[in-house]
Amino acid sequence: MNATVNAPVEADWVAVCEDSDLIPNVGICAKVNNKQIAIFLLKNPDGSESLHAIDNHDPKSNANVLSRGIVGDLKGHKVVASPIYKNHFNLETGECLEEGYSIPVYAVREQDGKIEIAA
Amino acid sequence: MSKERIVVIGNGMVGHKFLESFASQESRDNFELTTYCEEPRVAYDRVQLSAYFSGKTAEDLSLVTPGFYEDNNINILLNSKAESIDREAKKVTSSDGTELEYDKLILATGSFPFVPPIPGKDRPQCLVYRTIEDLEAIESAAAKSKVGVVVGGGLLGLEAAKALKDLGLETHVVEFAPRLMAVQVDEGGGALLRTMIEELGVNVHTQKNTQNIADGEDYALKMEFADGSTLETDMIVFSAGIRPRDELAREAGLEMGERGGIVINNYCQTSDPDIYAIGECALWNSRIFGLVAPGYQMADVAVDTIAGKLESEFAGADMSTKLKLMGVDVASIGDAHGNTPGAQKYSYIDEHNQVYKKIVVSEDGKHLLGAVLVGDAAEYGTLLQMMLNQIECPEHPDSLILPQRDGAAPAGLGVDALPESAQICSCNNVSKGDLCGAIAEGVTDLGDLKACTKAGTSCGGCAALVGQVLNSELEKQGIEVKKDLCEHFPYSRQELFHLIQTEEIKTFDELLEKYGTGHGCDICKPTAGSIFASVWNEHIIEKPLAGLQDTNDYYMANMQKDGTYSVVPRVPGGEITPEGLIAIGEVAKKYNLYTKITGGQRIDLFGAQVHELPHIWGELIEAGFESGHAYGKALRTVKSCVGSTWCRYGVQDSVGAAIDIEQRYRGIRSPHKMKMAVSGCTRECAEAQCKDIGIIATEKGWNLYVCGNGGMKPRHADLFASDLDYETLIKYIDRFMMFYIKTADRLQRTSVWMDNMEGGLDYLKDVIINDSLGICAELEKQMEYLVGTYQCEWKTTVEDPEKLKRFKHFVNSDDTDSNVVFVNEREQIRPATTDEKRRLNVVAV
Repeated sequence: MNATVNAPVEADWVAVCEDSDLIPNVGICAKVNNKQIAIFLLKNPDGSESLHAIDNHDPKSNANVLSRGIVGDLKGHKVVASPIYKNHFNLETGECLEEGYSIPVYAVREQDGKIEIAA
Repeated sequence: MSKERIVVIGNGMVGHKFLESFASQESRDNFELTTYCEEPRVAYDRVQLSAYFSGKTAEDLSLVTPGFYEDNNINILLNSKAESIDREAKKVTSSDGTELEYDKLILATGSFPFVPPIPGKDRPQCLVYRTIEDLEAIESAAAKSKVGVVVGGGLLGLEAAKALKDLGLETHVVEFAPRLMAVQVDEGGGALLRTMIEELGVNVHTQKNTQNIADGEDYALKMEFADGSTLETDMIVFSAGIRPRDELAREAGLEMGERGGIVINNYCQTSDPDIYAIGECALWNSRIFGLVAPGYQMADVAVDTIAGKLESEFAGADMSTKLKLMGVDVASIGDAHGNTPGAQKYSYIDEHNQVYKKIVVSEDGKHLLGAVLVGDAAEYGTLLQMMLNQIECPEHPDSLILPQRDGAAPAGLGVDALPESAQICSCNNVSKGDLCGAIAEGVTDLGDLKACTKAGTSCGGCAALVGQVLNSELEKQGIEVKKDLCEHFPYSRQELFHLIQTEEIKTFDELLEKYGTGHGCDICKPTAGSIFASVWNEHIIEKPLAGLQDTNDYYMANMQKDGTYSVVPRVPGGEITPEGLIAIGEVAKKYNLYTKITGGQRIDLFGAQVHELPHIWGELIEAGFESGHAYGKALRTVKSCVGSTWCRYGVQDSVGAAIDIEQRYRGIRSPHKMKMAVSGCTRECAEAQCKDIGIIATEKGWNLYVCGNGGMKPRHADLFASDLDYETLIKYIDRFMMFYIKTADRLQRTSVWMDNMEGGLDYLKDVIINDSLGICAELEKQMEYLVGTYQCEWKTTVEDPEKLKRFKHFVNSDDTDSNVVFVNEREQIRPATTDEKRRLNVVAV
């Protein structure tokens, strides 16, 4: 089951931080509409950068820790590894690579030097 | 059908081997097994007996897996000695009068030490060297002695001399023959062996025929020799050969050899076909075999015969040996003395490096007949296989022992030249075919191969050869031995370490660009982060490095199951002031942290949330504490006992040493965590022998143990060097740690690293002590750099506002994680369970 992201309307976007608050390949967690959202800025091998936002909750450990995981890629998928049991989540779909569950994925963008989330 | 009853008399190495082999054969269930064991403990490794004095316990030496007899339904009669055999009634009577009927009887009674009939030999200070009880007697006699003499300069005699030396005695060896180890080595080898052993502080007296043992004047005893000279000593250990223990068999009327020994045929049967004799009590073809390997072969033949496999026969055994005597390698192969008619000898002597090598080849120069190696026995495996398998010698046979210079490939044979039947491990009778079979079934790792075939697990002499067979077979199967770290780097950790160091790579991006692909992952990033730290030692959460760190390193605390962290301040050597304890207590109270004493003698504070960490550390640093690196793959603690300062038994200041060592190596990143300990005396209260590096104080200095482990797969540490002065101790630890850091795989503890090392402990000693790779100066320099660039990671962090910004749960709010909920238990907090959270109305997300 893929988590899908419905195209957000302009009113949904919430600025959470400056883009300078994001260190490449190091996650942060933002609170939006009482949800905990893990945000990552990935530096890709071709030099481009991509933003990703997924839920911060790891269903395996039941802890809110995914923003503190190590990011990377496995078999062509961009992933974050949960810091507790090292289960991997696809940053684009929210699917767990090892087990059959998914977590929500959120829309994220950079707008005028701010990182914005629609959740 | 009633079961056939098998009774084994003797629970030594060979008796136990018989039971082990018998228990694993198919028709096991048709038999009932009982064994007599006159000693108070089950079979132990007599070959390693002298290790008892270098710190191994009786349990370490045991050959019996705990539960083996119970699990295999073998009835063992400890402290019970068989007194007589009634062959008519087929029963054995034991010392306590009980009788046991048998269908098949196995005599594995072994041998006893021969004590020459010298007047005075029964004085209380005259001992022998055979059992653990003998060793205990030697130990207690040594405690009252200054001088000790071993009579007999053979293999066991030199072992006994080492034991006396280890016990701190002035040690003498008295030998009747003109040289040491006269049976195994020739004149040239014997001369070098003597020089090397004398350099180790043992006095050697050859051609001495002891005629009387009288009262001494300065010491307890005076030995009077045939040449008129005398030697005074406090104690004497006789080790002048063995004699078969055959009295039971003799009384039972079995056929005996002229000079003793129970005569057996090729099936190991005595003159009574229902009675077998195996090991040192058995006489085959007028020969007694005083080594363990032939004894094991006899045990297997007896098992096969009883199980009806008559194709198995004992056909004699090769008596080649390789051993380390007081640190000196000695090996003897086949016809070491060149007694074969027409035999030609080649010898090589290197006085500078103290090496003696000789080979004996057939008249036509084609076949190797024997060899003697002293000082360096590296060629033992190759030469032995050449002799056993009749492999043709190279054109110039001397190239087999001449040193290889200018990078020439070593002469000799590749393992491919060996037939399948070649016995690689003689201790456990493992052939090349057995190894190849295991490899064909998917074993690709040296440690696993040793574990599943048992090859190289007894004396270890064949370990290098086992490794060569493994590599060659894997190559043949086309299996690429993949040491790739992960899908992003086609390199092993050791190779990456080398690349990072030689090319001065300091960021992951650069490493990835030059040698990797993709983004990296949670395997290669922390590995690279750890290597960067081991090489350059920059602060681990500097920006380009931060993303490589596991959350523990990133937040410099240990993440627990609920996403909170635990905090461990360093308490070097486990020594802490009352003020320190109070300060930790105050912090724990203020931040409501759960406190627990760790196994490493410090205090763990649980339940801290990210935003609290800098405040907690601010206060701990204020109170004089530093990061304990409990979160890092790094040195954790150096545990210590209280040592000579307070303890009535302590012989050195173990706490002082532990503090000094912990402060030297604190913070150094390694492939996995490292634990150390220092004990102030041989009682070993700091449990140093289950640590990566263990140090035990002796009267003369420090004994260094390496590669121990507790935890899931416990491993006793190996004694690496004895009686070191403190400076040398530190030098060896510097080199050892740096060599481990450079060469181990990711997350490979020192114990597994050692188990996988080709050449094992001897190789490691060569690298670290003898600098055989010529890298010690570099290792020391790198360690100096790491020691010199140490910083308390937390101190630097609390002083840097830029770094402190990250210690927040939310980037856009000062709220904390509502999912972190504690309840109280035993007057402290603990994480709430899911049910408790539900009851407390906490939403889990």
